[in-house]
Amino acid sequence: MTITDPKISSNGQSDLSKSADLPEDADQWTAKIRHVAVEALPPQRLLPDRQPAYVASWIYVFGVTTVAALGVVIATGLVLSIMGPNWWHVSSTGLFVNSLHMWSVEVFFFAMVIHLWGKFFMAAWRGRRRATWITGVISFLVSVGAAFTGYLSQQNFDSQWISTQAKDGINSTGAGAIFNVTNFGQMIMWHIVLLPLVVVALVGIHVLMVRLRGVVPPFAAKGETPGADMAGADSDGATSGAEVPA
Amino acid sequence: MQSIALVVGTLFGSLINLNHPGNYIHWGFIQMSYSNLLVIILMVIVFFAAILIPFKTHKNKGADR
Repeated sequence: MTITDPKISSNGQSDLSKSADLPEDADQWTAKIRHVAVEALPPQRLLPDRQPAYVASWIYVFGVTTVAALGVVIATGLVLSIMGPNWWHVSSTGLFVNSLHMWSVEVFFFAMVIHLWGKFFMAAWRGRRRATWITGVISFLVSVGAAFTGYLSQQNFDSQWISTQAKDGINSTGAGAIFNVTNFGQMIMWHIVLLPLVVVALVGIHVLMVRLRGVVPPFAAKGETPGADMAGADSDGATSGAEVPA
Repeated sequence: MQSIALVVGTLFGSLINLNHPGNYIHWGFIQMSYSNLLVIILMVIVFFAAILIPFKTHKNKGADR
């Protein structure tokens, strides 16, 4: 990185932004990463105003419903981690936030499964969208683990029952030596640190892949030329043609 | 807050009595609670409703888009 003396403008702010993209800085790693990122995902593609016309169907809303539910899961989880078990077990507000956390997980999985069915039957891996599909599948599987460790962290008879039932299954796989479902400390750390980080990272990559490749178009109807009236039907995810405001 | 929780609890608690062991269906090796079965049936209904119910779109302001 080149150190430069910033010019201070009349409003008191430095003017380093104008020094970006100087030819002598082109081989720096910051410039290279910036160029690759902006070329792959320019702001217009990252946060588009319009979507292809075929997106105007209820089946396309379940992806964003899943992301919204995940937002509530994370937000309520943060509140629970700040206040602690005595709060969420005893106080009315704590019980309410605890219930919000559980029910937002229900909505998360409910919407995600419908999203999965919809994308499966429209073969959403078409058009160089394999990475989008795979990151979605892995997100689903890791989310199951995150929910499972959550049920183990309830500190009630339900979590005791689940852990003692699950230990035999986990032990039969040989993973019980490093993943002990009766170890509350380990399970809650997986639940509030490791797995949420992985889920959020995977969902982030998944959404970026959707932006990069575009929303998968539906199959052409019988007797219809594929892509004749379908915007975004090209293989690289470009969304030209009929569009509606997002 | 406690009075709100009491009112909400009374309203919703009266709809379904959950103060008993769960009911399960047994179908060969498959064992599933009625509540889980209900959620699966709801997901199937919502899936087909999402395909069949028309989606109201914004008026397209673009001239030839």
